[in-house]
Amino acid sequence: MKSAAIARWREPSVLPGFPLALGLTLAYLGAIVVVPLAVLALKPWSLGIAGVWSALTEPRVLAALRLSFTTAALAALVDAPLGLMIGWTLTRYEFPGRRLLDALVDLPFALPTAVAGIALTALYAPNGPLGALAAKVGIKTAYSPLGVFIALLFVGLPFVVRAIQPVLEDLDQEVEEAARTLGASDLQRVWRVVLPALAPALVSGVGLAFARAVGEYGSVIFIAGNMPMRTEIAPLLIVIKLEEFDYAGAAAVGLAMVVIAFGALVAINALQARLAGHGRT
Amino acid sequence: MPLEIKSLSKAFSRYPALSDITLTAAEGEFLALLGPSGSGKTTLLRILAGLEQPDAGEVRFRGEDLLAAPVRRRGVGMVFQHYALFRHMTVEQNIAFGLQVRPRASRPGRAAIAARVAELLDLMQLDGLGKRYPSQLSGGQRQRVALARALAIEPRMLLLDEPFGALDAQVRRELRRWLRQVHDRAGVTTVFVTHDQEEALDLADRVAVLRAGELVQVGAPNDVYENPASAFVFDFLGEACRLEGVVRDGRLTVADWTTTAPADAPEGPVDLFFRPNEVAFAPADGVGVGANVLAAAVRGASVKIECKVGEQVIELQGLGQVPPQALTRGARLRFTPTRYRLFAAAR
Repeated sequence: MKSAAIARWREPSVLPGFPLALGLTLAYLGAIVVVPLAVLALKPWSLGIAGVWSALTEPRVLAALRLSFTTAALAALVDAPLGLMIGWTLTRYEFPGRRLLDALVDLPFALPTAVAGIALTALYAPNGPLGALAAKVGIKTAYSPLGVFIALLFVGLPFVVRAIQPVLEDLDQEVEEAARTLGASDLQRVWRVVLPALAPALVSGVGLAFARAVGEYGSVIFIAGNMPMRTEIAPLLIVIKLEEFDYAGAAAVGLAMVVIAFGALVAINALQARLAGHGRT
Repeated sequence: MPLEIKSLSKAFSRYPALSDITLTAAEGEFLALLGPSGSGKTTLLRILAGLEQPDAGEVRFRGEDLLAAPVRRRGVGMVFQHYALFRHMTVEQNIAFGLQVRPRASRPGRAAIAARVAELLDLMQLDGLGKRYPSQLSGGQRQRVALARALAIEPRMLLLDEPFGALDAQVRRELRRWLRQVHDRAGVTTVFVTHDQEEALDLADRVAVLRAGELVQVGAPNDVYENPASAFVFDFLGEACRLEGVVRDGRLTVADWTTTAPADAPEGPVDLFFRPNEVAFAPADGVGVGANVLAAAVRGASVKIECKVGEQVIELQGLGQVPPQALTRGARLRFTPTRYRLFAAAR
């Protein structure tokens, strides 16, 4: 019986090295992901269930969580059309400086987030060039939730562009030509042929941008102003609680973030799998 | 003539893809564009579809200037070598696409579209596959879906770009016969690109042979096959053997064989072309071109003999009448091409 069970385990692949590969995978994931998360999951309960509940329902915590998740979701959603446009321009057209522009897309990946935060703040602060312009029409950018949104937009963009770019490059030109000969207008061609083909990659790019934005810290704290109840993001609140030696409270907020983010990512992955599901082999 | 192509030229960054092509097709005709790769046949088809613009020339369809119309208003059905199906749509959705993208005023109703799709599924022998996705179909089925999709818009002209190129030999032959039936039933003018001479000769009403962007010969399949205009066409349209010879004072000499040259034979060095099965064999002391047998392979009634004439190696085919000694390696035999053509050689 036992050998049959093992045989079934090994069945999916004829490649050698399965025990070693699975062992390393599990060891690595265990050390890097599971153990820290388990500690995080265990830590808050030193407060007791009621304590965790009151730590999480504190208005300041709720406001921070709400700000973090809604701005991250909004930024990821707005990154979708922006990233689509940039990816489209970079793959569909040949123009001088295209490679340079392509490299620029990755810059938010490479830049220390604090540097990005300072640069964005300088731009969008009320006395900065863009901030002053926005202030003239009565919009406050830096030190408001909008500032948080701008920073998250910035860090999430490369994820969307890089997710869709290879798919756009691989898209068979003949399929679009077929659509044209069948009478489709440019808009119909993009809407009915190109976008559905891109949808799974776009969803996964948006998911990555969202995940990154939820956890983003460095670039946001400079531009946000960090006013409790207004522009204080959840990761910052965790740091504040840690500095106050409220380790259990910090872990409670952290656990809440993990649970919500995990749920959102599972939903996004499910959507992506559904879109990619039928007949796209 | 409904389709008139006049002095069409096209170059891709100085390399000419088509030069001065003039060609017509009759209503409901099945025209094959035949040529090796790089002959410009696909470029010509793509110009007809509107996917390429020519540098010069004119294309008229029923008198209307086709080049002035954008792709989506040309009303041509195009079938691509690699199917180009919409992978995220079912077979039914693929077929209905051309009808569904029409402007509201000319778009058939939901029921009419469904009826048309059902009719095409039936015509293409795809019954029961309407809900499948392209990845769940075989290559032959995919290409039939592509053809159904192209026919759904009731095109004025059907353009096929090596439609069977990606399929294996047996499916190809099956689809070939069936494509001809579909064409005859739909009665639509069809232009078909292929590099497979057998496919072109089998299917088409007329064959246009292209080489390096130039039209070398147009005619009915049998006519082109029997009366090739050049050595290239002879060679391209079937198995061919070539021997070098000389015509002088009305006498043709090939290796050690001399005979009366045909009246229209060019003077000087010539290439003699013949089909490998159109030869008569004779023993070593008989009449004909002397050859040394290198190898012989018997397949039932037919025999393939690889032999050497001077320094040239050619492969002949015999049916029954081969002298038995010709089947031994190193043996000497003689043969005369029963039908051949002479083309002036640039030597």
